[in-house]
Amino acid sequence: MSKVLFDKETGPREVFCGLTSIVWLHRRMPDAFFLVVGSRTCAHLIQSAAGVMIFAEPRFGTAILEEKDLAGLADAHEELDRVVNDLIARRPEIKTLFLVGSCPSEVIKLDLATVAEKLNKKFLGQVQFLNYSGSGIETTFTQGEDGALKALIPLMEATDEEKLLVVGTIANNVEDRLKKIFKNIGIKNVESFPPRQSTELPKIGTNTKVLLTQPYLCDTVRDLKHRGCEVIHAPFPLGVEGSTKWILAAAEAFKIQELKVHEVIAPLISRARKALETHKEILRGKKLFLLPESQLEISLARFLHNECEMNLVEVGTPYLNKELMEEELNLLPENTKIVEGQHVEKQLDRVRESQPDLVVCGMGLANPLEAEGIHTKWSIEMVFSPIHGIDQAADLAGLFSRPLKRNQILTTKTLATSK
Amino acid sequence: MELTLWTYEGPPHVGAMRIASSMRDLHYLLHAPQGDTYADLLFTMIERRGKRPPVTYTTFQARDLGGDTAELVKKNISEAVERFKPKTLLVGESCTAELIQDQPGALAKGMGFDIPIVNLELPAYSKKENWGASETFYQIVRTLLKEEVSEDSSICAKRWKDLGRRPKVNILGPTLLGFRCRDDVIEIQRILSEQGIDTNVVSPLNSSPDDIKRLIDAEINICLYHEIAETTCEWLKRNFGMEYTTTIPIGIENTINFIKEVHKKLDLPLTNQEELENKSKLPWYSKSVDSNYLTGKRVFIFGDGTHAIAAAKIAKEELGFEVVGLGTYSREMARKVRLVAKDLNLEALITNNYLEVEDAIKKTSPELVLGTQMERHSAKRLGIPCAVISTPMHVQDVPARYSPQMGWEGANVIFDDWVHPLMMGLEEHLIDMFKHDFEFVDGHQSHLGHTAVNTNESEHENIIKEDQSNLKEVIWTDSGKAELTKVPFFVRGKVKSNTEKYALSKGLSEIDDETLYDAKAFFS
Repeated sequence: MSKVLFDKETGPREVFCGLTSIVWLHRRMPDAFFLVVGSRTCAHLIQSAAGVMIFAEPRFGTAILEEKDLAGLADAHEELDRVVNDLIARRPEIKTLFLVGSCPSEVIKLDLATVAEKLNKKFLGQVQFLNYSGSGIETTFTQGEDGALKALIPLMEATDEEKLLVVGTIANNVEDRLKKIFKNIGIKNVESFPPRQSTELPKIGTNTKVLLTQPYLCDTVRDLKHRGCEVIHAPFPLGVEGSTKWILAAAEAFKIQELKVHEVIAPLISRARKALETHKEILRGKKLFLLPESQLEISLARFLHNECEMNLVEVGTPYLNKELMEEELNLLPENTKIVEGQHVEKQLDRVRESQPDLVVCGMGLANPLEAEGIHTKWSIEMVFSPIHGIDQAADLAGLFSRPLKRNQILTTKTLATSK
Repeated sequence: MELTLWTYEGPPHVGAMRIASSMRDLHYLLHAPQGDTYADLLFTMIERRGKRPPVTYTTFQARDLGGDTAELVKKNISEAVERFKPKTLLVGESCTAELIQDQPGALAKGMGFDIPIVNLELPAYSKKENWGASETFYQIVRTLLKEEVSEDSSICAKRWKDLGRRPKVNILGPTLLGFRCRDDVIEIQRILSEQGIDTNVVSPLNSSPDDIKRLIDAEINICLYHEIAETTCEWLKRNFGMEYTTTIPIGIENTINFIKEVHKKLDLPLTNQEELENKSKLPWYSKSVDSNYLTGKRVFIFGDGTHAIAAAKIAKEELGFEVVGLGTYSREMARKVRLVAKDLNLEALITNNYLEVEDAIKKTSPELVLGTQMERHSAKRLGIPCAVISTPMHVQDVPARYSPQMGWEGANVIFDDWVHPLMMGLEEHLIDMFKHDFEFVDGHQSHLGHTAVNTNESEHENIIKEDQSNLKEVIWTDSGKAELTKVPFFVRGKVKSNTEKYALSKGLSEIDDETLYDAKAFFS
């Protein structure tokens, strides 16, 4: 691990807050509702980050704090109670309601845990209430999922049954594929967390082996360990290499012969490598700069370097948990520059200086960089696209090759942008 | 506490960002936590701006709260001033910073910069985006012009005559993320120029602090969007005696009224009044016989105040529709909208809750909805044609082509935008009749009232079954079919045919999920 260069930066950031993860969490668990207790900014953030207008009634909303709520906390608790009652009357199909803390609710110290506890008593047997914080003063973007999953853990019953627990939201079709592979190599009992219904939580215990699909679940992992679960150390299942090592790590934990695994995944690997070729043609030798946002940056850098032969200029990450990322860091090339945190202006200076061929960044920065002639891939797509597993490796590479390919196709190189 | 599933307006500091981003040589220091930068994407994605909003976010974190957030503010101010060298600095807070009361504006003023500093106090827990934009614009103008105010600073609207030049006006109110502002400005400038009137300054859009200081070189102000510019126009009137126009030039009659108002205020004779009637195609298109079927069409209108009021007048008087509902999400414009509604024997709907609007649409069962992007979705669910007339902005509301709402060309655009969905409505009917044809079975999407999407699994089964009669060699197994249904509908056809092509070429008799992935890899 010493071969990687670490740097830390503080300053103005261009990163979403943890509330943003509601955008995919509410789709994963359609029987749950996410009620942000916050400001109009929170409501506006989620609807803007979702990118599209909502259709019908969404399964997320904001209890917007008003002036009178700030004046007296007791009243605020009562008001929240009223809002929740209205909501449940309107949406009787809700089984789980997450009260999600925000920057303002944290600052005025609104005690959502107590509110949730009271509501749990009131709606016993009808709706379960949980709380976590997605505030920007404590969490970045994908960390919101960490909070939501951690909040669910106390509801998970105990079991001694041996099982593989795949942890972290992934696309449903990818989940099916991964489960099929595990079944084929001989791991029969595989469950996912979060489940597809908030009420169908997997049971956990000392014979539960946890395999992470996402690198942003630090708190969830810690609490699962407290419940006796064993955490399997592996890189994350992005790309052929990461996914293979990830599956092998699971197999090892279940004492399954490596040979057996290779038998199952060898054809998958060979077709995926073949499929990667076209993208590699485009990506090979190109300079890549990753700005911090989704927390997937280190895994993506590993994939894009090791399997697509891109050169890494800088790998930004909102925060770094060296323990969770150890396997990934070991796979990075010598002298990879990892920068934790952000000073967006200084980082953009480095982008301009290094003239990379591709910058992975947030939506606020993409078009302005394109206007400067720097090609970009916006990172929010990583959390909405099915990119995990061997079968998706080429699709993942495609997300990065497409902007470069597009630039080769388009004839107009000098742009009249609306500056 | 107000339960909000979706909101028409953002918080007031986003309004301030609209002003700051519209202008040049100006920077906005926003005391705000991580995450508030989401607002940047409204400008870079929706408006497709090739430039970041000129905003520095202090990005305070929970651990800073115990320490000295004021120092953090000062550090960010120094860095921003040094890096961006603005001619004017706006300083303000978002909702969370308002709670910790660091008073960044006062801090900035104490730092000894030699540029004007505008301290923005935008109460995030009671006000919204348009109010924030209006207040910000007003505070900028006030800060930059207050020293010019004196006993004899009164501007006479007729002074252009004595000065021996054409009359000059300012166009106030257009901003980024305002509905078609970019094109409205061009249209209005063109109209004024044809009448021999020069534009002195357009602001905030594309203006600089230096331009703001030049506002008083004009005789009168054109208040193009009341939501944004009325407060500023009032201040300029009070302090400099500058008259401002109140007619919004949307629709034929109000464009003419607007031109008359400008002439009257400037004491400039209007010599080409008859000509004006023929500047737009709307009057003739509306009169031509094929528009007969528009008569009495029931229309429901909801939007910001300016556009909703304009739409009601055009709908009733210029297109011959019947207005069956009128409302706005803009509390500041509620009184004006209520007056217009009263004239139409309606009760205005004033709400920020889109579900209430949807209910009102249901109750009035209109044949056309004129609303925001949200009403477009509601109307789609209800199977009613819809045209978008107002913010909040969507990427579709920033078209590549010239498409103003104001003036003569604006009237043309409005005729097309409002009437085409109705004709398309007939087409929808035809599509409905033919929906059992293979091409329409799955994934047929339209931008209109779309009620016939078949996305259930059995429909997918049917496609496969029907097709298999033609393709005897290859059979889809259950796992293959199941995998195919997981492919998004808009590429499913291609995936299916590619997989079959692949299977045939390999001499396979069955397609299972693995074959599908083999083919996917083969063709990728």
